[in-house]
Amino acid sequence: MRNLRCDVLVIGSGPAGLAAAYQARECGARDVLVIERNAELGGILPQCIHNGFGVRVFQSDLTGPEYVARWARMAAEAGVRTLTRTMVLAIESSPDGARRRVIATSGADGMLAIEPTALVLAMGCRERPRGALAIPGLRPAGVYTAGTAQRLVNIEGYMPGERHVILGSGDIGMIMARRLTLEGARVEAMCEILPYVSGLRRNLVQCVMDYDIPLHLSTTVIDVAGRERVESVTIAQVDAAWRPIAGTERVLPCDTLLLSVGLIPENELSRAAGVMIDPVTGGPVVDQAGATSVPGVYAAGNVVHVYDLVDDVTASALRAGRSAAGCACCTLLAESCELPVTAGENVHHVVPQRVRLPLVPEEGATLELRVRQPVEKAVRVRLSADGDVLLNKRLRYVRPSEMIGLALQPEWNERLTSAGGLQVDVEEA
Amino acid sequence: MTSYDVIVIGAGVVGSMIARALARYRLRTLLLDKAADVGEGTTKANTAIVHAGYDAKPGTLKARLNLAGNAQYDRVCSELGVEFDRCGTYVVAASAEERISLDELYARGRQNGVPGMTLIDGAEMRRREPSVTPQAVGALYAATGGIVDPFGLCIAAAECAVLNGVELALETEVTGIVREGRRVAGVEIRKQMPGGNLAVQKLASRWVVIAAGLWADDLLHSAGLDGLSITPRKGEYYVLDRVAAGQVHTVLFPCPTAFSKGILVTRTIHGNVMLGPNSVSISDKDDLACTREGLDEVMQGALKLVPGLDRRQIIRTFAGLRATQRPTGRSNTGDFVIEVPREVDGLLLCGAIESPGLAAAPAIAAYVVDLLRGAGLTLVERPDYDPTRPVQPRFSHLSREEQQALIARDPRHGNIVCRCETVTEGEIVAACHAPIPARTYDALKRRTRLGTGRCQGGFDTPLAIEIMARELGVSPLDLTLKGGGSRLVTRQTKAVA
Amino acid sequence: MEEQRHFVCVTCPVGCNIEAKVRGTELLTLVGNRCARGVDFVKEELTAPRRMLTTTVRVRGAALPLVPVRSEAPVPKGRLLEIAAHLRDVVLDAPVAEHQVVCADVLGTGVDIIASRALERVD
Ligand SMILES: Cc1cc2nc3c(=O)[nH]c(=O)nc-3n(C[C@H](O)[C@H](O)[C@H](O)COP(=O)(O)OP(=O)(O)OC[C@H]3O[C@@H](n4cnc5c(N)ncnc54)[C@H](O)[C@@H]3O)c2cc1C
Ligand SMILES: Cc1cc2nc3c(=O)[nH]c(=O)nc-3n(C[C@H](O)[C@H](O)[C@H](O)COP(=O)(O)OP(=O)(O)OC[C@H]3O[C@@H](n4cnc5c(N)ncnc54)[C@H](O)[C@@H]3O)c2cc1C
Ligand code: SF4
Repeated sequence: MRNLRCDVLVIGSGPAGLAAAYQARECGARDVLVIERNAELGGILPQCIHNGFGVRVFQSDLTGPEYVARWARMAAEAGVRTLTRTMVLAIESSPDGARRRVIATSGADGMLAIEPTALVLAMGCRERPRGALAIPGLRPAGVYTAGTAQRLVNIEGYMPGERHVILGSGDIGMIMARRLTLEGARVEAMCEILPYVSGLRRNLVQCVMDYDIPLHLSTTVIDVAGRERVESVTIAQVDAAWRPIAGTERVLPCDTLLLSVGLIPENELSRAAGVMIDPVTGGPVVDQAGATSVPGVYAAGNVVHVYDLVDDVTASALRAGRSAAGCACCTLLAESCELPVTAGENVHHVVPQRVRLPLVPEEGATLELRVRQPVEKAVRVRLSADGDVLLNKRLRYVRPSEMIGLALQPEWNERLTSAGGLQVDVEEA
Repeated sequence: MTSYDVIVIGAGVVGSMIARALARYRLRTLLLDKAADVGEGTTKANTAIVHAGYDAKPGTLKARLNLAGNAQYDRVCSELGVEFDRCGTYVVAASAEERISLDELYARGRQNGVPGMTLIDGAEMRRREPSVTPQAVGALYAATGGIVDPFGLCIAAAECAVLNGVELALETEVTGIVREGRRVAGVEIRKQMPGGNLAVQKLASRWVVIAAGLWADDLLHSAGLDGLSITPRKGEYYVLDRVAAGQVHTVLFPCPTAFSKGILVTRTIHGNVMLGPNSVSISDKDDLACTREGLDEVMQGALKLVPGLDRRQIIRTFAGLRATQRPTGRSNTGDFVIEVPREVDGLLLCGAIESPGLAAAPAIAAYVVDLLRGAGLTLVERPDYDPTRPVQPRFSHLSREEQQALIARDPRHGNIVCRCETVTEGEIVAACHAPIPARTYDALKRRTRLGTGRCQGGFDTPLAIEIMARELGVSPLDLTLKGGGSRLVTRQTKAVA
Repeated sequence: MEEQRHFVCVTCPVGCNIEAKVRGTELLTLVGNRCARGVDFVKEELTAPRRMLTTTVRVRGAALPLVPVRSEAPVPKGRLLEIAAHLRDVVLDAPVAEHQVVCADVLGTGVDIIASRALERVD
């Protein structure tokens, strides 16, 4: 087993990992290493061949491969080292919990044991599979998650099927509806159990409506038929409690069922490292700089909570990279206090879950939140500290699919010192 | 025409164990199955428990072969390198009336000769399995009960048979048993040929053994005999993520009813938790569909035993079919039907091998050999018979040092293809070149655990397709999930190659 | 006749919800766009809608069988399927450079199709 040391070790080379590594170098960490299990850098983005990446970060509308190539170049120029085709198997902690050893494997290097001063978790997320939904029926070939289909079509060059039904209206599902249509296959329908689309409106327009793909809201798949390959699925409307409504069943002939029913942060390693996990997001509890409950361990990107825009992923990773470098260079202030952040009225979750004081101008700090229910009219997003209203932001509408960002202002430091916590509420204006 | 000494129809755990038992002798044996892999029938979809033997009615074949089969598990599994854990099983009583039925079970177990049973009280039960219902008032503990990898055992037994000279033909369906007067002359088979054609052929054999699970009655009828009628009884299951394994360390049965052993909560040999099965009579022997109602029944039943189960940990559902004898059957006793029918020569029937068929399988095989010998088949031992089979290293089970050594020997073991279960490219390559090669995705899954974790193949499928196509020398377009028309992908995205 | 119409601007991922007052194909007023490109988007939607096209093209001699490509500017929405089908028959030889023109003036639209990434040659 080869033993290595480094200042900052980043697990995962998606946009989060690359930006964190880049920033750690820029902020003075000497030896920054990124480990990636795939053959190439970039996380999910090499298969996201559509455009829509980097409007804020680079002021241009890039495809996934273009966006990630820029970051890979920047990281390389900044002196970040990378190891691809290398999978982290475990994170082991020393008995006193102060140090960590990361165990990884690769065909080229065999087993590696790496002792970093600071560790950044950037493992992204995975898709919810069929089993998690317990869709009744048979288990033939032709049931894929949308992301798996995306990889088959865009990277390997194989079609998962010819006639598709897509369950769930997440972004990957909608993007795949367009991809499959462009590759000459049919998308018979997209079904969403919620009464609204769960992905971005923009994708609904340019991936579903542009191609006249039938969209059925408040509808789910209640049966899968076909012994060998999928032959049809039965869909039905659901009531408010998501129970199928008798008499609304319809059989849709198809050969493939794609699932776009949610993403789950990939945190098996984090859990094993003793990082506290937020049961609502499924990701680590972090502060505004991505610091987890374990000293020296940071997290950024989809591993923390699922983002819809890569620009926000990058921003979160730059903050985490900066603080990881600080930890590695021992420049972090030890003296600080933390405020818990509560998700109030119509708020599903807020990240960070705790805010470390004082707020530092160079550090930047943003609360990222999602609402529980869409509101298609004006709302107020209120940030308060023990009832003291810090911010009252008006928005024309809110939707669970669109993350809301609230920048925290260092001038609030004084008002926050005596506060017991922060809370965000979203209410009709 | 080629002529066999014995043709075994059905490569489930019963047929495969029989084939292995016959491989010890100088015989020309053929093992046939219509599916694309061995163990694709009931063997792949059951509760995987090696029952201690207190359930069956004393004096029945079931009682005798369960006990004898159970006793052989340590040896058989160590010879074959199959995962088996004699973790002990509990029947939990949740009321005073149920407490009484524990005594009955205990008494029956004693009569059947089951060793290692104890009755414990509710407090002791909760001490041993803290997640068990607070209603538990007592339990029957059976120390000899265990859990096994059922398809692993079937594959291993079939591989051992093949390595010892048994021929195996997959995707070969027996359409009928051929008779010449009183004598069975062989079988008629139908085989899918490349290009989609069906080839029909006759194979001659002195003996035909029916080990065809749900279809045993149809085959018996094709030989012109009746007296057996199999009706499928469906059992549905949930599989939970490994994280649930902290809650259940052994096997928890509820008190049995007249119809079934009830819905249980068990750890699996692979470290997951499994809930099920329910019990529903159906008519279609291919109907493996899960139903909303069935799955709800399973969850409710399981929650009665372990109230703290978390639905969010569900990663998969499946169903299996019990080969139950129809109550109107002429010889229906609720027992296994393992016999040499008197009406013909050269036929041996293994019928109605429902639970505890898995636990009994090693003993069924030995019993079948005895019956064949008794019916006049000459059995001469082969000096070179080897009861073992080569076991491929499983990366995730090795120590770090062993992992390092394995990668040094073959760097393909450094490439992890399935992240949830830590399966390496090296393991996939080995499975593709095993004595019975994995030719379908499901076959690969059963051999390596690939795609069986929480992401259910989301990450590995494209990689696995690529590696399998390369190793098997086929196009990804020809790879299937489980044979037949179950293709994984339908065409290349681009017309041009 | 004046009417109120709803648009989701797809020019960038912000995806502004735009409420526009229009008369036939003429844009009168609009609210909801966060930048000026939203105005152009609505005007185009009313007359000749255009979309970016992203797909893949077969490559020979690279570690991957496909290279992702995109239109270097939006193409007429009505011709997306036709262009995508046309690109299914294009084959490139590695190496491919990022932004290399894969198909100039695709089907006479005046828009080039360019590679979204580089692919090295492997032998
Ligand atoms: C289909 C899809 C479409 C999207 N479309 C857009 C869009 O149009 N515009 C936009 O702005 N955003 C979009 N996004 C959102 C955004 O781009 C992603 O959320 C972003 O890629 C997340 O980055 P990440 O680095 O956190 O995770 P990922 O990109 O998933 O990267 C995680 C990396 O970690 C690696 N890893 C995980 N575990 C290990 C381990 N144990 N050892 C080694 N490596 C490991 C993985 O292999 C992976 O490479 C889209 C996302 C998806 C999935
Ligand atoms: C829900 C459930 C739970 C169970 N739990 C347990 C348990 O915990 N412990 C236990 O000991 N037992 C249990 N059992 C019973 C056990 O699974 C079975 O007894 C055992 O698997 C039977 O094996 P088999 O080889 O007889 O049948 P199968 O595995 O069904 O094999 C029969 C084979 O014959 C093949 N075949 C059929 N017809 C033809 C044909 N015409 N031509 C060619 N091939 C043919 C099929 O393809 C199949 O592969 C359970 C069963 C069920 C259904
Ligand atoms: S109006 Fe401007 S900001 Fe809004 S989606 Fe269009 S281009 Fe983006």
